[in-house]
Amino acid sequence: MAARMQQGGRPGGSRFAQFKLVLLGESAVGKVSLVLRFVKDQFDDYRESTIGAAFLTQTIALDESTTVKFEIWDTAGQERYKSLAPMYYRNANCAVVVYDITQASSLDKAKAWVKELQRQANENIIIALAGNKLDLVSADPTKRAIPAEDAAQYAREAGLLFFETSAKTADNVRELFTAIARKLPLDQAGPRSIRSAGHRPGVDLRPESSGTQGASGCNC
Amino acid sequence: MDEIASEYDVVVLGTGLTECVLSGVLSVKGKKVLHIDRNDHYGGEAASVNIEALFKKYGKNTGDEPWKKYGRINDWNIDLVPKLLMSNGELTNILVSTDVTRYLEFKQIAGSFVQQGAGSRATVAKVPSDAGEALRSPLMGLFEKRRARNFLEWVGSFNGNDPATHKGLDLSSCTMKEVYDKFGLEATTRDFVGHSMALYQTDEYINQAGMAQDAIQRIRLYVNSMARYGKSPYIYPLYGLGELPQGFARLSAIYGGTYMLNTDVDEIQFDDAGKACGIKATMKERGEEGPGMKFETKAGKILADPSYFPGKVQVVGHLIKAICILTHPIPNTDNSDSLQLIIPQSQVGRKHDIYIAMVSSAHNVCPKGYYIAIVSTIAEGDSNHHLELQPGFERLGSIQEKFMGSPTPLYAPLESGVNDNIFISKSYDATSHFETTTDDIRDIYRRAEGHELVVEGLREGQTLAQE
Repeated sequence: MAARMQQGGRPGGSRFAQFKLVLLGESAVGKVSLVLRFVKDQFDDYRESTIGAAFLTQTIALDESTTVKFEIWDTAGQERYKSLAPMYYRNANCAVVVYDITQASSLDKAKAWVKELQRQANENIIIALAGNKLDLVSADPTKRAIPAEDAAQYAREAGLLFFETSAKTADNVRELFTAIARKLPLDQAGPRSIRSAGHRPGVDLRPESSGTQGASGCNC
Repeated sequence: MDEIASEYDVVVLGTGLTECVLSGVLSVKGKKVLHIDRNDHYGGEAASVNIEALFKKYGKNTGDEPWKKYGRINDWNIDLVPKLLMSNGELTNILVSTDVTRYLEFKQIAGSFVQQGAGSRATVAKVPSDAGEALRSPLMGLFEKRRARNFLEWVGSFNGNDPATHKGLDLSSCTMKEVYDKFGLEATTRDFVGHSMALYQTDEYINQAGMAQDAIQRIRLYVNSMARYGKSPYIYPLYGLGELPQGFARLSAIYGGTYMLNTDVDEIQFDDAGKACGIKATMKERGEEGPGMKFETKAGKILADPSYFPGKVQVVGHLIKAICILTHPIPNTDNSDSLQLIIPQSQVGRKHDIYIAMVSSAHNVCPKGYYIAIVSTIAEGDSNHHLELQPGFERLGSIQEKFMGSPTPLYAPLESGVNDNIFISKSYDATSHFETTTDDIRDIYRRAEGHELVVEGLREGQTLAQE
């Protein structure tokens, strides 16, 4: 889907790009579980609602010479009472909006989050819609509350990537993130949307950088 | 919507920087925190607002949407408090210790300037940051430069615990005047040292017994902050100061803190001993139909900004400030994209200094080609506040747009909170940085928790399962 990256490496160098990815969706649809499956290949049936999925990173090698690193931001529960800060959306390059295919209302919530992203985030943000808990439906088809075709049609109309996933069985999880990585503008991205590790534009506040004259990595 | 818990260790009211740092620290330490704000945004008085909100806040929304000529409204993040971070200051330490730096990016402020003289004879010069710069500074004559160099070298080697570095002065009792006299510094040098390096806003410090130590520590903070990145002692978060409370709120949330904006406190509940023990509140979004979501919860203690307890605070001063939008850098500042410029009180016949803090598109707070300068001082009179800021306006050149309201009252709590279990913060004061804010944070923490706040290593041993 929309993969415009050329396969195969460029002669003479590898590419590495870092992107901020934000997670959105109603409580208990499995936002963090999805990411924990992607990042740590783990799943916990009885995870409490979000505490402390502060800041996860995961790299995907798209091909021999192209590596994409996701810097993944979780809502930390601040969406529960509609109290997400603008900082959350700031400079997000991509978003995964999650709903639960066994909960009819959760797709409507996801649609509301997509609207919120379009209002608050960068214009060119890549959004993926993930219908999670596919394992529940595989085990018992009567549990499905949202037909895949309904969600797929909405995703097409809204220009979103779309996958049905299972954080529990890992179905489509890697595919979801790989599809996002392939859609990210690796070539023409400016310095604000691609932040290579260790080369942040500002000053580094960590103590080990003290005493250095001039900002580390600062080209101002 | 989820149920609110029936009990929290701490309920925090207001999402200003002070409250958000405390909320974050307490959550990391395992306290169950409920954090509420009546506004629909984070930051309270320490928020950064967009250009439309600024026009509306200052009642300048007359006519046909005057903000429209300033481009996209969300390209603007205009601070309401004129402050910068000392790069070696305590807030930087807290940011690093709590890892909140992960959510923020900082850039240097490009210059630090001081005015000498007034009116048509006013000159603006860089504040010398070390002994070497003192020798090149146009602020002093030839011999004075050497004396200033000696003074700054001494300050650099000063060690509070080592009397051998005290030049025979008894630092526990001596005044700064005695120190200045020892180095034979001229009045003009004392002026820029005291006001643009030690960052005192009045001259009261000079003759107070025992203040020399404080003055020297302040100068050292300035010099060390300056040495850290090189251009000025200040750093500033991209997208404005309003990012700071958001960053600490995120920290708090990650460690389990619950956040509710758009929530009014209807009632504070007290126990028989007169201590606050709970709240009744209503969460209701702007424009939302119906009564909103009413709830009640117990609170082990309450932390709040002054606006939540108008009867428990006093006014300790008035800050006057004008937010000015320019389309050019400030004249005579090497076209700096950001700066602080201090006009010491004595130069313009005042008791309090006038500060100018300027940031620009270099810090993602406005579109390219614009500059946001805040001119501020402590009010000395009851009227004509515009005239009090006039020396500052004179530095700015032509001003595209000026936002100035009535003086902002600065509040401080009447009581420590040990009696009523309500721990109230101070308003953001007139200083140019956040050092007094972090003092207040430490003070509130001590009052509320009964021990000192130690941020170093705070997150160690508090490992999150997912990190």
